[in-house]
Amino acid sequence: MDFLRPTSWEEALAAKAERPEALPIQGGTDVMVELNFGVHRPAALLDLGPVRELATWEPLPDGSVRVGAGVPYARLIAELGDRMPGLAQAARTVGSPQIRNRGTVGGNLGAASPAGDAHPPLLAAGAAYEVESAAQGVRSIPATEFYLGVKRNALRPDELIRAFRLPPVAGPQYFSKIGTRNAMVIAVCSFSIALFPSERRVGTGLGSAAPTPLRAYAAEEFLADAADWDGDLDEAVAGRFGELVGAAASPIDDVRGTAEYRRHALGVMARRTLAWAWNDHRKGALECA
Amino acid sequence: MTTVPVSAAKDVVAPGRGGVGDSVLRPDGTLKVTGEFAYASDLWIDGMLFGVTLRSPHARARIRSIDVGPALAVPGVEAVLTHEDVPGRKVYGLEHADQPVLAIGEVRHQGEPIALVAADHPETARHAAEQIRVGWEVLEPITDARAVIADPDSLRVQDRGGIARHQPVRVGDMVAARARAEVVVSGDFSVGIQDQAFLGPESGLAVPGEDGGIDLFVATQWLHNDLRQIAPCLGLPDEKVRMTLAGVGGAFGGREDLSMQIHAGMLALRTGRPVKIVYNRYESFFGHVHRHPALMRYEYGATRDGRILYADAEIVLDGGAYTSSTLAVVANAASLGLGPYEIPNIEIDAYGVYTNNPPCGAMRGFGAVQACFAYESMMDRLGEACGVGPVEIRRINAVGQGSKLATGQVIDSPAPLADMLTRLEAMPLPAPPDTADLRNLPGGVSQTTHGEGVARGVGYGVGIKNICFSEGFDDYSTARVRLEVVGGEATAVVHTAAAEVGQGLVTLQAQIARTELGVDRVVIQPADNGVGDAGSSSASRQSYMTGGAVKAACEAVRADVLALARERLGGTYEDLSLIGGKVVSASAGALAEIADVLGDRVVEQTREYHHRPTVAMDPVTGQGDTHVQLALCVHRAVVDVDVELGLVKVVELAAVQDVGKIMNRLSLEGQIHGGSAQGLGLALMEEIVVQDGLVRNPSFTDYLIPTILDMPPMRLDILESPDPAAPYGLRGAGEPPTLSSTPAIVAAVRDATGRALTRVPIRPEHICR
Ligand SMILES: Cc1cc2nc3c(=O)[nH]c(=O)nc-3n(C[C@H](O)[C@H](O)[C@H](O)COP(=O)(O)OP(=O)(O)OC[C@H]3O[C@@H](n4cnc5c(N)ncnc54)[C@H](O)[C@@H]3O)c2cc1C
Repeated sequence: MDFLRPTSWEEALAAKAERPEALPIQGGTDVMVELNFGVHRPAALLDLGPVRELATWEPLPDGSVRVGAGVPYARLIAELGDRMPGLAQAARTVGSPQIRNRGTVGGNLGAASPAGDAHPPLLAAGAAYEVESAAQGVRSIPATEFYLGVKRNALRPDELIRAFRLPPVAGPQYFSKIGTRNAMVIAVCSFSIALFPSERRVGTGLGSAAPTPLRAYAAEEFLADAADWDGDLDEAVAGRFGELVGAAASPIDDVRGTAEYRRHALGVMARRTLAWAWNDHRKGALECA
Repeated sequence: MTTVPVSAAKDVVAPGRGGVGDSVLRPDGTLKVTGEFAYASDLWIDGMLFGVTLRSPHARARIRSIDVGPALAVPGVEAVLTHEDVPGRKVYGLEHADQPVLAIGEVRHQGEPIALVAADHPETARHAAEQIRVGWEVLEPITDARAVIADPDSLRVQDRGGIARHQPVRVGDMVAARARAEVVVSGDFSVGIQDQAFLGPESGLAVPGEDGGIDLFVATQWLHNDLRQIAPCLGLPDEKVRMTLAGVGGAFGGREDLSMQIHAGMLALRTGRPVKIVYNRYESFFGHVHRHPALMRYEYGATRDGRILYADAEIVLDGGAYTSSTLAVVANAASLGLGPYEIPNIEIDAYGVYTNNPPCGAMRGFGAVQACFAYESMMDRLGEACGVGPVEIRRINAVGQGSKLATGQVIDSPAPLADMLTRLEAMPLPAPPDTADLRNLPGGVSQTTHGEGVARGVGYGVGIKNICFSEGFDDYSTARVRLEVVGGEATAVVHTAAAEVGQGLVTLQAQIARTELGVDRVVIQPADNGVGDAGSSSASRQSYMTGGAVKAACEAVRADVLALARERLGGTYEDLSLIGGKVVSASAGALAEIADVLGDRVVEQTREYHHRPTVAMDPVTGQGDTHVQLALCVHRAVVDVDVELGLVKVVELAAVQDVGKIMNRLSLEGQIHGGSAQGLGLALMEEIVVQDGLVRNPSFTDYLIPTILDMPPMRLDILESPDPAAPYGLRGAGEPPTLSSTPAIVAAVRDATGRALTRVPIRPEHICR
């Protein structure tokens, strides 16, 4: 097995163009596990660790934030909690401190597992992913178009993930995840919500609920219309929102949980996170008034 | 003379100066925390080969053909072996030799070993093993344990039939008791397959000797019993198999059965080179037996005020394909199947059956755990039916010293169960959850609730466990103790074959030597079969048995030293003892340094320690004095349950345990914490999920064990009511807390949710359906 160590983004793209079969490795928290279990025997590993550009983030003039694919979860939590609260909450639930020190959103996107915790908050907040190849240059892929199937994403063989981009925080965001243990657990299912009160809109993201992470569009549309954006949250509206989130899922029975439980739990999480978000939104509105 | 591998066990100087009763630190504690401790998987010797095992992907199948040719053709491969290459006996086993060293013509469970490969690199060996071609005829697996009991002759996994052991217990007059019962409660309960989940996978090193024998460095629980199984299969006399304990990374019963020992030995003998085998995590799930899953039906009749009149129970334990320790597990389930309660009329039928499900055998609590979940659930049902609280219903029926167990055996040492319950109930309850910190809530930082849907529950559990081997086993232990002067200081050297599996026996041996010989410096030699049998590190027995042997050997050494002292001092002192490095007379004070008395003499004594004899359960009535010692633990669990999502946070576990004598409080508390955590795992998350005989979650991604955020702080009250029959009055302590924490937690979840919860582990969908 060859071990390629580019030291810059340019070199990394060149290496990937030359050896499209090379498996990128960032934190290695997915790659090394799969190597250990003999899932892959790649001809080459492309180590992105030395590529400094990937480990930085920057605010953009329009208020959005561009975060390198190689920024580990621990730094997201410490440095970006206020700019992307939903994602930071999700990052806080990933693995253990060791995994959060190594693991990255880039790796989560590369793995594209339906259980990956970064996906729901990125979907809810309206993220876009910046991917690049030496031959074709940069593409921006909206989160909603990135996930193609179980552990399959829209990346081409010669492309690497450069960064993800999130619009400025427009309102409250929450992430919630079910696991049968109180830490270090892969999501049985997960849910993220982002409110955009000025647009009178809500974003959602569901994890471990279908072959890919997804948004619950019907629930989003229902809430945008049915909610009284200047008033309190109606319990019936919240309940219906939860049902629609549950209905958006097409979960399976597996060793981690039953489809029926997943649907139920998604509904409960949707209702509860909406209540928390609404509460924050109302408090914010009152404070401004 | 063999070369000793790098990282083989060496003499250990025991840290500290404390004797019996002191919280002395472990010699290996710092090494383990800093990652420097040498586990069996760290063994290394120049020129060694790596062994890999090809295992069955099927739960039940005939093997039509095996073609090892393609594997042999892989460069770097030195040997590929099948059952035809087993040099001696082709089967082995703990209680019955019914397990093939390598499959012969058929496989009876997923993961059954079929062939072995040795190569110069582990990857090469693994790759070569994948090249072996096996012609399969896949058969429908037998997986329903109750169906096997109904038709043991046609549902045969083993030639001898489907039932490994049926142990009835019959006491009193059930017909009359049923007629008198004013309250009747019943229930069906089940327990999933729990795994020992030790962190150090099965591993070891076999080094061929110049005499045609073999040196085995292995992580095991019982060197001599391994030897008794290994030597015949390798076709070697016992004395040509030299066993040394390698660093054990946890055991919990999972290392009582053999794993890679014979395999590595076969490859080493064939190739003439050292062979190391290390399982990875996936293979480890197939490399050892698990806790028997259980199906249990119980019915109790009682008076209106809660006094139990009769108990009728059927306990079905699924042992998988081979006998392993199923026979003894059934005996525990039968004899302790109703717990520490006085019940005058009893009908129990306990079965161990063969199926094509994963093989099961020893695990901490050993048959008593499964029954404990059922009988404690029954106590709560009975209390509810009689309108009596959970503590009171247990107190009403509690045994004490002089009570009879289901076997008719009279408890002849203190068993203060009613008092333990009273103390437990009196402990303060924890405050309501501080919802400001997510970690205090069910779900933790996964943030499934900010307090919504959360209800608190409190539950109690009681357990009774037999200590030492039962039913006529003479599981003695041997210790050799030497006293000599090293560098001017009197030094005790302790040598036993007892396996340190993390329980703290190395520490305890040194404490005993210090107390008995009055010296500070104690060296513990590696456990090997250069000294007599020490029995197994299981059944909570090593403090009792090897502790007893070390004490006896020390007493013999002391007698010799005192004789030397009398010789030297010329007096006729009758009141001498060894204290603080000196020979001390009770009347005349310190008389001499031990080092001076010894000079260059070496005093050495070896002693065997036997516990009192026991008998087998009567095959028809289940009666008999079958147990050596019995130990009690009681738990109270406080939980917060998210009733809408079915997630549980255990807020506090409180326990009262009677240990007879606290030998080392630090170590003991560790055992109680650990045992309680393992019981928590069984209550809430730990299960090997099996479908059609196949394991669906052989990894730590999906076989979940409690983390520090799942395990709550514990409140402990440890009692010391001495057992006059045991060394220092001690009572084995490692297993009892594993029993009672599970039912206490389940009872607390029932209290919070009102759900019946008849199965462990509880899954979220059981709570919120
Ligand atoms: C003990 C443990 C616990 C875990 N717990 C969780 C959890 O709770 N939640 C969760 O979501 N995940 C969890 N994971 C999985 C893993 O940590 C995450 O998916 C993490 O985000 C992966 O990041 P990484 O940088 O380590 O990725 P790597 O392992 O380096 O890579 C993962 C995949 O992404 C590809 N890749 C990486 N970077 C790029 C790039 N720049 N361009 C293109 N492809 C790229 C790789 O080729 C590979 O296919 C856990 C893993 C372990 C071992």
